[in-house]
Amino acid sequence: MPIWIFREYDRCSGCRYCEIACSLKHEGIIWPEASRVRVFEYVPGITIPIICSQCTDYPCVQACPTKALYVDETTGAVRVDEGKCIKCGKCVEVCPGRIPRILPQKDSVIICDLCGGDPECVKVCRALGFNALVVVDKWPGTHYKLYARDAEKITRDYVKKLYKVDPEEVM
Amino acid sequence: MGYGFTGKFVEVDLSSSKAKVVDVRKDLYRKFLGGRGLGSWILWERLGERWEEVDPYSPDNLLVVLTGPLTGYIAGVRLAVTGKSPQSGGTVGSTIASEVGLELKCSGYDGLIISGKAKDPVYIFVHDDKVEVRDASKVWGKGIRETHKLLLRDVLPELRKTPRFGEPKEPAMIYIGPAGENLCKFAAVEGKYAHAAAYGSYGSVMGSKNLKAIVVKGTGPLPPVYDVVKLKELIYKAIELVPKKAPRLRIWGTGQGPWRYGRDLSSIPVRNWQEEYWVEKSYSQYDLEVYDWVKRYWADYGCPLCCMKVTVLHRNGETVITDAPDYELLAYEGSNLDVWDVRDIAYLIWCGEELGFDMINAGNVLGFVAELFEKGILTKDDLGFEVRWGDVKAFERLLKMIASKEGIGKVLAEGTYRAALKIAEMKGLKPEEVLKYAVQAKGIGIGAHGVRSGLDYPLISYVTSVQGGDHQSVAMLPLDAPPIVNEVWASLADSAVICQFNMLGGLDLVFEALRAVTGWNISKEEWVNEDAKRILTLQRVLLLLGGPDVYWDPRVHDDNPPRFYEPLPSGPKKGQAPTKQDIEKLKKEYYKALGWDELGIPTEETIKQLGLTGLEKALGRIRKRLGI
Repeated sequence: MPIWIFREYDRCSGCRYCEIACSLKHEGIIWPEASRVRVFEYVPGITIPIICSQCTDYPCVQACPTKALYVDETTGAVRVDEGKCIKCGKCVEVCPGRIPRILPQKDSVIICDLCGGDPECVKVCRALGFNALVVVDKWPGTHYKLYARDAEKITRDYVKKLYKVDPEEVM
Repeated sequence: MGYGFTGKFVEVDLSSSKAKVVDVRKDLYRKFLGGRGLGSWILWERLGERWEEVDPYSPDNLLVVLTGPLTGYIAGVRLAVTGKSPQSGGTVGSTIASEVGLELKCSGYDGLIISGKAKDPVYIFVHDDKVEVRDASKVWGKGIRETHKLLLRDVLPELRKTPRFGEPKEPAMIYIGPAGENLCKFAAVEGKYAHAAAYGSYGSVMGSKNLKAIVVKGTGPLPPVYDVVKLKELIYKAIELVPKKAPRLRIWGTGQGPWRYGRDLSSIPVRNWQEEYWVEKSYSQYDLEVYDWVKRYWADYGCPLCCMKVTVLHRNGETVITDAPDYELLAYEGSNLDVWDVRDIAYLIWCGEELGFDMINAGNVLGFVAELFEKGILTKDDLGFEVRWGDVKAFERLLKMIASKEGIGKVLAEGTYRAALKIAEMKGLKPEEVLKYAVQAKGIGIGAHGVRSGLDYPLISYVTSVQGGDHQSVAMLPLDAPPIVNEVWASLADSAVICQFNMLGGLDLVFEALRAVTGWNISKEEWVNEDAKRILTLQRVLLLLGGPDVYWDPRVHDDNPPRFYEPLPSGPKKGQAPTKQDIEKLKKEYYKALGWDELGIPTEETIKQLGLTGLEKALGRIRKRLGI
């Protein structure tokens, strides 16, 4: 069954070990900006992990002009055929949360591949005892897309929830 | 280039708004690591010839912002800030938990060397290979929260200028508040609302350069490491060990401290250190949990421990957003001022941090004022209002006066030591009549750990520390005594630039990580006998050179403040007080252990042994001034 990474913002401390673990696995070095999961902290104390939501209609895969993106049948992850990617940014454009990342230092777009079913970010978050990222079975449904929002939007909502102030006051 | 560092610094001359990238000699990294050690050496190389004459607030002084070899790789990101300190006249390796350290390395630099003085308020923006000095007139005069917001708004559009590349993460920032802009001698460099590099008052050094903030965003990887497989193993080991060794910090933060230090160990400041024990009035982690916290865990990058908690208070029509008070500030804005409600304490801390104060030294000054008022030395006429113990409103008002240097605020902004001298002059008293209420060492207010009970910090802690009253870098005997606050180990954390608390996972882990990252094989013994000694000796020489407004004489100033000779009036060690002889004996022992002479001046031989070539030139100047 495909899996999904549930993210609980309240539990995220902002330690960013998910970024460390992810970049060590995928890039062989610590590289937070190239991590597939990135924790945004626009407002101090409001830490929001952002990672691909594997929308069931996969707009990024649909939009890719070179067919560099495809869906992994086992995990449901979006995979990148690095040789085909031309870094055009179409996938970013159509993603509701603009989550894929293109870096000048890398030859292809960066999207979470769910580590083949056993994500490093989830493991390290568990080891730390925070459990802000948890693997769950991906039951049928379209609600996964709700999590594909951009970090700024989620931050604004969380400022209202946690700090009970107008987001304009802090960001 | 070596492993773990980039080998490059950015030099920014604010007078001309020019920036250039400079290479740093590789051997200096091995000798001083980075942060506190390397920063002090850079300062010595550039200002050593005329150290005594350099006014810390002149364009001549340098502000050095540094990472270290372990920054970003293991256990708790930090950033070190140093320069000639307006408090001590030496150098303080002041560190702040800030992702600026990480972002600098990801931009390809190990640090910044900032000189000169900008004509108008500016901030420095580093984005990978781009370094800019930008207009900060919009944020000048603003408090911390507003500054954070406006700077973010100023740089985000630029970071996002290629939307099809996706969303870049937020930049990291350090900044100052009005206290720093107005050159208060206990202004901190702040970040993320409640984080601060406080000791040393580099916030005011930034202010003297018209530098409001430093904003950094790097998109590259950290520099390559010597053994990435081993490093990964150690990262997971730290994750397992650190929270296990310090569970109380994960659960409550250091906010659980007052109970322990106030009741059990009798070492908390109460009413300007008149007592160090309390029993009837209480505040504890329980109060924090039920009144304050909205989020239990708030960590910075790479921190497996997570001692911070998010606090929100709605009060007087204002919303206080801050870190749950830590031990030091609970003590300094709490018991030290006779304030016992954690909400009052958190509010007062927030007021001060918004203004950009170092809240340890601010609490030290406020307690000093309240006692002078109690003793009738300062009156309502001097202050404009009464400053009684426990009066939160009066303390808040005083903080605002100090930040804007209004009325008596101008005198108090000098910090406890210098203010005591000025007040004595104002009142026609002998200096010692006012200095006896000043609880400081080498111009730096003493951290909230007393030495009299003997149950907490040792007697010599602040006497010979190269960073004065800094409670996170204190002198200890034997030299390799295990507490992480021992300056031998503190100099390791502050030079490798990692969080001291994360050394709780064990020193072996730190040395192993240093090996995995840099490839250097440094043993614990080598650190104690060579590397730590090298850094401490260098800092000691700069401290003794001092100037231009105050100089330290080891015969007089290598001492505890007078208050620490008064017998404890309460608690388990009631009546206990050290004698001058106790201190003299420990001093001599400490000097000897470090290879300094009987007056605490490093010897030529020690300097040669430690490879501090050139530093011997300073010794003659120190001896001449001391008349020996």
